Amino acid sequence: MIRGLVWRGARRSGLLLTTIAITMAVAVPGSRAAVQALGPGEVRVEKIPGTEIEFSMAFMPAATVRVGSSIEESGRDEDEGPQRQVQLAPFWMGVHEVTHDEYEIFRFRGLDDHVAGSSDFEFDADGVSRPTPPYEDPAHGLGREGHPAVGMTRRAALYYARWLSEKTGRLYRLPTEAEWEYACRAGAEAPFGFGADSAAAGDYGWVSGNSDGVHHPVGSLQPNAWGLADMHGNVAEWVLDTYAADAYAGLPEDTAALGPVAGDPPRGRGLVRGGGYDDPPVRCADRLPELAAWKRRDPQIPKSPWWNTDSPHVGFRLARPHATLTLPEIHAYWDELLGPS
Amino acid sequence: MNRRDFMRTGTFAAMAGVPVNTRTGPINVRPATADAIRVGVIGCGGRGTGATVQALSTSQDVKLVAMADAFGDRVEDSYANITSLERDDWMGGDGDLNARIDVPPERRFSGFDAYKQVLPHVDVVILTTPPAFRPIHFEAAVEAGKHIFMEKPVATDAPGIRRVLAAAARAKDKNLNVVVGLQRHYQTVYKEWVDRIHAGMIGDVVLGRVYWNSAGVWVREREAGQTEMEYQMRNWYYFNWLCGDHIVEQHIHNIDVGNWVMGGHPVRAQGQGGRLVRRGKEHGEIFDHHFVEFEYEGGGRVLSQCRHMPETANRVSEGFHGSNGTAPKPGMILSNTGATLFEHDDADDPNPYQVEHDELFATVAAGKYAHADAELGATATMTAIMGRMATYSGQMIEWEQALESDLQLVPSTFGWDVTPPVTPDADGYYAIPHPGVSRAF
Repeated sequence: MIRGLVWRGARRSGLLLTTIAITMAVAVPGSRAAVQALGPGEVRVEKIPGTEIEFSMAFMPAATVRVGSSIEESGRDEDEGPQRQVQLAPFWMGVHEVTHDEYEIFRFRGLDDHVAGSSDFEFDADGVSRPTPPYEDPAHGLGREGHPAVGMTRRAALYYARWLSEKTGRLYRLPTEAEWEYACRAGAEAPFGFGADSAAAGDYGWVSGNSDGVHHPVGSLQPNAWGLADMHGNVAEWVLDTYAADAYAGLPEDTAALGPVAGDPPRGRGLVRGGGYDDPPVRCADRLPELAAWKRRDPQIPKSPWWNTDSPHVGFRLARPHATLTLPEIHAYWDELLGPS
Repeated sequence: MNRRDFMRTGTFAAMAGVPVNTRTGPINVRPATADAIRVGVIGCGGRGTGATVQALSTSQDVKLVAMADAFGDRVEDSYANITSLERDDWMGGDGDLNARIDVPPERRFSGFDAYKQVLPHVDVVILTTPPAFRPIHFEAAVEAGKHIFMEKPVATDAPGIRRVLAAAARAKDKNLNVVVGLQRHYQTVYKEWVDRIHAGMIGDVVLGRVYWNSAGVWVREREAGQTEMEYQMRNWYYFNWLCGDHIVEQHIHNIDVGNWVMGGHPVRAQGQGGRLVRRGKEHGEIFDHHFVEFEYEGGGRVLSQCRHMPETANRVSEGFHGSNGTAPKPGMILSNTGATLFEHDDADDPNPYQVEHDELFATVAAGKYAHADAELGATATMTAIMGRMATYSGQMIEWEQALESDLQLVPSTFGWDVTPPVTPDADGYYAIPHPGVSRAF
């Protein structure tokens, strides 16, 4: 059952996406019977078709959750409020940040061996929009194998998810802000996924105090209660939404909003969650808008839509709605968000 | 104060009245009552368009009045991009630039001679074509008495370097400001770092290491109906007469830092390179990797690496070793025991690509003469060319030998039907430099 667009009427800059496909991709299904067998954090290992490269997704149960932070929370920013209830459909969240190894398959056509017709549907590796070569190294020479992919724009992260959706026939996308925050808290309500005390951050994430100024292989510290690694630190993570400081104020006060909302088309100002290796521990509710400084040293006009010159501390992780979508619905979702492929 | 307030309150007029310097020789001075500084751009690719926007984004009263490119479509694309530029608030923009753009179709020029048509209209010219044409354009701009921003590299062969050096001397005589796009010289983290190395923080510098190891850049495929000249001009990165090879076009930035720290150009160089991964027809004739040992006066060495190979370790950086410490990367200096002597966080530093234009246009607006980068640009370019001569030939190359080389890559005549200096074989491949055999200097 389709419940309609979420965060309806929110005072957000830019366009709200309104197609059925978008709505379905984020809607709360009418029946939860099918998901009762799955517990929070239950993991499925998946493979990028045509390669031996694996990635893991963890199940996040449906919930009505509170987004934002209370005014008592230490270190709170104004844009984390007012707190609002958001209703989330069940979804799968990447256990790890998308790795360099995964992203390279997308980045280089020569590595993408997936053959058209080798699965149940057509995938045309030559018909995919891929990142153009950057002039400088957006990763600033930091680690590669097993490390998070970094330095891409939000738009590029979206195109990665589109590419993976095409290859697998399942809708992968970026998590929304609400999904990300819910997954970070792992069912609890503390400021950090590991509790209220930031002193424990070093056990769960690479932050300025323990990272030595570089990112580390994903999953090399303790995960949160639902098995998600590096939610605090290592690299900050793009989410689906675009940034509006007053986004929560536009949500209904008295009834749980249906969540989440889809992001604006990719030119809008994005935001990242979770902080990176050069940040102090960043709380679950912290919203970090994209900075112009991340692209400032790009000397070309138009600036690269694929790469930032100065965001080696930013990557992303995937989300996938639990509800099964048909291929036409998946295509419609991406066509609406990014334009026809 | 934003730019519009700045202009509205008349601060600009007061600033333009600053007295000129007292250098002898003819002074190229704008009167204090002058209208906007008129800017033209020659070379309207992505970088030329970016440089133009930076010029228009300075706090001076600047107006873009003329544009040129060998290709008419590049001019039109660039014009469309500049006039429709989305400058959202969060990107640090200041509204649209259209009030500063006055380039009607009759001042948009194309063809190999288009540069000549730009010069009469402007006070400052931006030279951002592929480097093959820089000596020609720089000479003409100096001859016409223009202030100049030109991108690196400034040539692709030694005869071109000699033309630039000669014109640089004339530019000095005419007090023409010249800024070259070796933007590390306008980047706080580099300036602070090199100043401390020069002040002796690591003792005598004995060794440098400079890198541009990356996945490589764009390719433009051959299209039906193109003449060979048009194809090479579109896919210019892969042809030496146009580009100089990536050791010149890109790695020049790091090689230049080597010269900067060592205090001059190398006296000799030897090295090796080749083409292992990038070997298609569309990759023309350039190598995909070079390694060069540059030797400086007094025996100091700089080891230079550049690579264009996907899926290999990336590094774009510089580091130096001294008798009393190390400078492992820009902004960091360590003692011999590993203690941090200097560390600079560049997160809040200004954008060097903007700073170079801010400084140039502030100087021009004030009627001053303060920028003479052309010689620096020519020396850095020549150093990179010497590295290429070493890797292509496999020989030890002396500086004088390199600078005096009469191997001219750039042709003397241009035209869409002119046969370029290199042409493909029957299978579409180009001859690759062969160390020990090829003439490379």
